[in-house]
Amino acid sequence: MAEKLLEVKHLKKYFDTPRGKLHAVDDVSFSIEKGKTLGVVGESGCGKSTTGRCILRLIEPTSGEVIFNGQDITKLHPRDMKALRKDMQIIFQDPYASLDPRKTISQIISEPIIINKILTNKQDVEDRVHELMDTVGLAQRLVNTYPHELDGGRRQRIGIARALAMNPKFIVCDEPVSALDVSIQAQILNLLQDLQEKMELTFMFITHDLSVVNHFSDDIAVMYLGQLVEKAPAEELFAHPLHPYTKALFSAIPIPDPDDQSERIIIKGEITSPINLPDACHFAPRCQYCEENCHHGNPALVEVRPNHFVACSCVEEINAL
Amino acid sequence: MNKEEHKTSDVEEILNIKDLVVDYETEDGIIHAVNGVSLTLGKERTLGLVGETGAGKTTTALSVLNLIPNPPGVIKNGEILLNGKDVLKMTEKELEAMRGSDVAMIFQDPMTALNPVDTVGQQIAETILLHNEGISKKEAMKRAGEMLEVVGIPASRASEYPHQFSGGMKQRVVIAIGLSCNPKLLIADEPTTALDVTIQAQILDIMQNLKKQYQTSMIMITHDLGIVAKVCDEVAVMYAGRIVEYGSLRDIFKRTKHPYTEGLFDSLPNIKERSARLNPIPGLVPDPTVVQPGCAFAPRCRYATEACKMAVPELRCMGNGHYVACSAYDDPNFKIRKGEKVDG
Repeated sequence: MAEKLLEVKHLKKYFDTPRGKLHAVDDVSFSIEKGKTLGVVGESGCGKSTTGRCILRLIEPTSGEVIFNGQDITKLHPRDMKALRKDMQIIFQDPYASLDPRKTISQIISEPIIINKILTNKQDVEDRVHELMDTVGLAQRLVNTYPHELDGGRRQRIGIARALAMNPKFIVCDEPVSALDVSIQAQILNLLQDLQEKMELTFMFITHDLSVVNHFSDDIAVMYLGQLVEKAPAEELFAHPLHPYTKALFSAIPIPDPDDQSERIIIKGEITSPINLPDACHFAPRCQYCEENCHHGNPALVEVRPNHFVACSCVEEINAL
Repeated sequence: MNKEEHKTSDVEEILNIKDLVVDYETEDGIIHAVNGVSLTLGKERTLGLVGETGAGKTTTALSVLNLIPNPPGVIKNGEILLNGKDVLKMTEKELEAMRGSDVAMIFQDPMTALNPVDTVGQQIAETILLHNEGISKKEAMKRAGEMLEVVGIPASRASEYPHQFSGGMKQRVVIAIGLSCNPKLLIADEPTTALDVTIQAQILDIMQNLKKQYQTSMIMITHDLGIVAKVCDEVAVMYAGRIVEYGSLRDIFKRTKHPYTEGLFDSLPNIKERSARLNPIPGLVPDPTVVQPGCAFAPRCRYATEACKMAVPELRCMGNGHYVACSAYDDPNFKIRKGEKVDG
């Protein structure tokens, strides 16, 4: 079995609100092997971005362990954490908001190199910036332009170059293509894939776009209201979605084919409030298979097929396993 | 394109746009947003307007309501016949009567389309009061409640404010406002882009049912080819302010002709078939302030020849209402290679 680069154990993040505890991430555990991509899917408010940020300690988790390269980073001293951040980077969703508008491209990309004192000689830094721009496919002539002069695709390339500046081992990609047009989206996805091969990167790929996640990931985790409801290798998950939420989510994707006859499951209602959740299956209020049993106790992730984990107490009846 | 050859035999025509040209005259130069768009829409049909950011989809749609912000927007040329009457020649009063009652629009972002200080009931009633003379306020509020029920929201929530609704619910309210005066044409500008997929499925379902029930024609603006496949009868693919391909849903999806349309399909990750690499369109959308002499797509097109840079290709009929604007078809043996993977 390949080496685990990242292991998350019982990660929790609760926010205090005037109305009670908001369960943003509610006991999530998973691991990612070196050089692989874990896709995390779910709808707005399911906690996928919070999970990504907790792993990087951009948000301090309430409890749980994040084991990166063998050490639990949730208890690291800020000084050690700073050193470790070189290995763990993030690419943000919005290429318009994640770049400082008052800095040139060269300043944005060189900032982490200078702050972390990777290179001190001015010429070396400049060479490194040029090298990084080449890597992500940005023309050298853009080196002194500002973000507002560029389109979304190019801005996202800057975000990627900045993340690569530290030669990281692990990158959280938080919806890196959802603000882009399809033709540009495909360019960026191909770039990320090439970089992964070339630099042996490990990705946690957060997205709400299921066709993108299928294309990109080795394993996929589906989140609903702060919890993992299903986790399996990508092909297995798309061939045999077992959790009622996953099924509905997949069937809701409009397929670009007029001959597509697949049945659509339209789930009723909307995501319930994540504040003061009861000890029950979180999806139960919207689930068409919901039974009395589902309102008592929160189902745990169980391996129902090899490497295929589902958190649903009715999974066997629904899927005739 | 010529109206006669385009008209689908027995379908009554509700909208006919002829050679529409719209510019935005900004300080940084003239943006050529729409460069000669012609299209027709039959009664109870749904036309999909597809293309990427800056293709001119929304500008075309806003022109139908004569709502192009001026300045900087200027409609330079064209006719927009709505039930035979030119929208661009209407007086302000006629426009007011037309907007909302003949043509309604659903905007992309339901969060900003509603007024935060009025209840949703008031906002629906406002449209009803405006377009129905002599109706009492009480009657209008009652109708507003009925409209909410139509889109699947309990009438009792009419007295709530937009912030009390989720994104999907707000979009339902916007649809209720749009349909409250039984319009003949509904323009939906990316109505589900801001919503989650499961909510998107709900909203598309409601729109489909109501369109049938109210016998409305619809223009669906979207960049999502999956949505097009689900809801549209005809499709117009736009690129840099022009329609580059136009035809029935099957023409566009199964008998794709234009290299740009091909590129759009090849860029999509296929959910049913995982392949190692995507096949994106190289390069970027051209700068709309620069007028190119030739085909706007030529710099990104893998079939482009010198001839493509010389003249803008006209839409030509490929049979049975399927039009394509590409000079490669001067060669009768030309075929695109849709779905084939190429390197680089």
